[in-house]
Parts: sequence; C-alpha cells; structure tokens
Amino acid sequence: MATEFHNLHDLRQGTSLATKVFIQRDYSDGTICKFQTKFPSELESRIERALFEDTVKTLNSFYCEAEKIGGQSYLEGCLACATAYIIFLCMETQYEKVLKKISTYIQEQNEKIYGPRGLLITDPIERGMRVIEISVYEDRGSSGSSSSRSSSAASSTR
Amino acid sequence: MSAVMISKKAASRRWEKLPGKNTFCCDGRVMMARQKGVFYLTLFLIVGTCALFFAFECPYLALHLSPAIPVFAILLFLFVMAMLLRTSFSDPGVLPRALPEEATFIEMEIEAANANVPAGQRPPPRIRNVQINSQIVKLKYCYTCKIFRPPRASHCSICDNCVDRFDHHCPWVGNCVGKRNYRYFYLFTLSLSLLTIYIFAFDIVHVVLRSVDSGFVNTLKETPGTVLEVLVCFFTLWSVVGLTGFHTYLISLNQTTNEDIKGSWSGKNRVQNPYSHKNIIKNCCEVLCGPAYPSVLDRRGLMVEELPTSASLDGPTASSSSSKNSIAAAQSTKTTAPLIPNEHTPEDVKPGIAASLEKSHTSEEERMPTPLNTPCKSPTQDRGPSSPKEKVQKL
Repeated sequence: MATEFHNLHDLRQGTSLATKVFIQRDYSDGTICKFQTKFPSELESRIERALFEDTVKTLNSFYCEAEKIGGQSYLEGCLACATAYIIFLCMETQYEKVLKKISTYIQEQNEKIYGPRGLLITDPIERGMRVIEISVYEDRGSSGSSSSRSSSAASSTR
Repeated sequence: MSAVMISKKAASRRWEKLPGKNTFCCDGRVMMARQKGVFYLTLFLIVGTCALFFAFECPYLALHLSPAIPVFAILLFLFVMAMLLRTSFSDPGVLPRALPEEATFIEMEIEAANANVPAGQRPPPRIRNVQINSQIVKLKYCYTCKIFRPPRASHCSICDNCVDRFDHHCPWVGNCVGKRNYRYFYLFTLSLSLLTIYIFAFDIVHVVLRSVDSGFVNTLKETPGTVLEVLVCFFTLWSVVGLTGFHTYLISLNQTTNEDIKGSWSGKNRVQNPYSHKNIIKNCCEVLCGPAYPSVLDRRGLMVEELPTSASLDGPTASSSSSKNSIAAAQSTKTTAPLIPNEHTPEDVKPGIAASLEKSHTSEEERMPTPLNTPCKSPTQDRGPSSPKEKVQKL
C-alpha cells in the first residue's frame, strides 16, 4: 500500500492543482447520504462519464447499506440500549464497518482510475459528508519525479 | 552573522483549532457547550437525591419490603447517569465548516445563479430548493459555516455550529441535541421520569410504613432526607414527565423540537412533513433504532505545524518578526466574513475582504482555518498517523 501511495505522490510531483470540483448531496430521497450523479463539466475532458457515474453510484449504494434500517440495526440498537451503550466502546457499529469499506474503495479508485487521469477523490467523511471533493491536477510539463525522494511522508499516514 | 532557520514541529490535535464555541475535554474525546453551570446543577440534583434515597429509605425498605428495591434503584440510577453523560459529552452531529475552496465554489454557483438580477437591485436570499418525497423543501445558506444547510439542520447560536437534525440546545445537559445524541437524550428523559416516579413512590411508601410504627412527625425527624427528596421529585416530575411526553409525541411524528416551534409542518398552507413515514411504529423505529451515525467532526486528528523559528543573532527585529510569524501560523484563523460581501457583512470588514481576496490567490495555505490542507498532499496525510478506529469518532 505504501508503494502505491508513493506512485500517487510521485505522480503529483510533476503536477499542480488546477481546480477542485465538488459533487453535492442529493436530497431527493430525504436526509439519507446520497450524492448527485450529475457529471460536472470540469471533468468532461478528464474522465469518461460512465466511470464517474459508476463511482458515485457505488458510493451511494455503500452509504445506503450503512444507513439501512433493518434487522441488523434494530438488533444493534436494542443490544446497545440494554448495555447502556457501553458496548459501543468495544464493538464496531455497522456504519463504521461500511465506512472502512468506502475508504478502501476510494483508495482503489484513486489508484486505478482517477490517479492515472490526474484526479484525486477525497473521502466525503473528511468534508463532513457534504461533498465529494475531486481535485484536478494539471501536468506542469516537468520531467517526472526523482526516485530518491523519500516516501516517508506518504507511508507515515497508514 | 546570518539567520539560521530551524523548523520546529508542534503536534496538536484538531480540536484545538476548531471554530465554534465548544469546550473539549480528555484531549478531544469529550465535547460540550461553553456554559456548563446548569449541567452541574442537573448532576447535583440527580446524584444528591439518589444519595439521600440510598441513605435514608433503602435500608428500611430493603429490610421491610424487599432487597430488590434498592438494586433496581441502583440500576436505574446508573442507566440515567450513562444516558446523561452520553448526551452531554458526545458530538450532537456538528457539521464542519466549509474549507475555503468549497466556500468559493458555492459562492461562484450563487453568483452564476444571480447573474440575471439587474444591477443595483438586492440579490435574492440564498436559498436552494430541493424536492423531498414530492414536497419542496428550502435549504438555507449559513453565512457563518458557508454551507447550504442540509434539510433539518440548523445553526445553534450558543455553540456557533450547524448541527444536523437540530432539535434544541439543552442547558440541562450542557450540549445541543441533534442527530447523533437525540436517542440518548430521549432515553435520559424517559429513564429520569421513571427514576423520579420510583423514588417518589417509595418515599411515600416508606413514610406510610414508618408512620404506622413511629408516627408521622417522628418519621420525618428520623429521615429528614425524605422531605428534600419529595420536594425535588415533585417539581421534577411535572417538568421531566411532561418533556418525555412531548418528545414521545415528536418522535411518533418524526419531527424535531425546532420544526415544531417554527411550525414548519403545521398549517394548511405549509408543506407536510416529508420525513414522516406516516406510521407511528416506523417513525419510532427510525429515530430510536436507526444506525449509530459516526461523527464527521474530526476532533482527534493530529496536525503537525511547521513553526519556522530563526536562531539568528542579528538583533531583536529579526527574532520578533519570526516569532510573529510563528504566532500567526499557530493561531487559527477564524473566517467569519463571507468572501464576497453581501448585505450581512459589517461595513468595517468590507475593505479587508477585497485585500484578502487578492492575498488568497497568491498564498492559499496561509488563509486556511486548518493550516495543513496544502493541495499537493494526499488527503489522508492531513489527518496524521491516526488509527482507523480514531478516524471514526466514537462519541
């Protein structure tokens, strides 16, 4: 994982941040976490519409799974209430499990699809679940990165 | 002699730099409002009354009636305290303020939408209409947080934060009540009602039983705590039981106190509540048995600041200017004025905004409220070496 980050870090050595695009929330189904699948015009030349929509739809399905009110959430809620919510100190909630899945998915998307196109998706939880921030990088035209640059900064985050 | 720049790194947690008027304890794990006096009163009343009950009534009742009485009282008391502390110490669902790029993006969208307003005329209020379950709901723009508030969110002026599914600010628990801690608040009022009724009832039983043996006046002399308890319970009963009843009504309709007070969904000409499932059981289940939402406010993430300090021997001027720089870097910059002046901007701030707009294009990093969001870093680097568990806040 550190090596892939190193690659993303290297990629951005020769690039500079051009702009940031913010995908807003879609409230048509109420207050559940869902993002708009409308394709922003700034990304038209950078990525295929289908790939972008696929990413957002997958994220939406993850959030839907996290917020699903069904058998498991009832069980979790009742068990937690019976223990005066002390069990939350030891147990991971359904939402937290799905958030980890989301984080892995976004990393994967960044490495495989968005990174090579000079884009970077920020996990919505780091923006208060309000927006999906996509940073657009532009090639400065410089001759790539120096391999001797230490990746300690990149690897220390995990 | 030349100045030698030594970079010192000062690690601090994000809660130290968060805007808003909250107090944080236990290195960011606990989050409360600034005024905590009434919360201490609540604690004192509950703990004090229960202590008197355990001291005066319980020994007699355990002997003469059943030992289960004090045991149940202890369990109920512990539950009440757990719910109270959970409500008071947890993040109610605070929405973090928009970072400068997001704020600029939204401002640009608003400007584009207002482009066809003739010059000299006041621009329309910043409102976004969304359709939820075939009802039109208006989202208001928050000038402090620089975001369009999600539906049901509201800005608490006491805590100076936008809170998701804002119910009300409760001074008795010393915190806002919002999406994340509403169920704890409800369980607190419910269990406190039960505890109050329990103590009140057994106080009466105790006085009656003892009076049969010793007489009424002697009973009161032997257990003076009873009088205090009965007084506290009597006045508490009306307020807390009433409050529990009110919130039960709100939950069955899937409404918040804020919406009820404003009359958002009442009246013929108003929109009907689009969040209600039109079924009492479903509404209760959603509010009380829904998923446990994580906190989106990063309190415990690490921030490492580069504080350039010069170890120069040139004289006082160099060191004082560098120390000023380090203070500026270490201080959090609270962005309270919008980037584009509007009718709400105070007059004296307007000239400053134009200057700051110039500066922000050249040195973006310095203007950020969280000093470390330099664009070229990957987003996860900002959070520092935080473990996945710490990432998702528990409280």
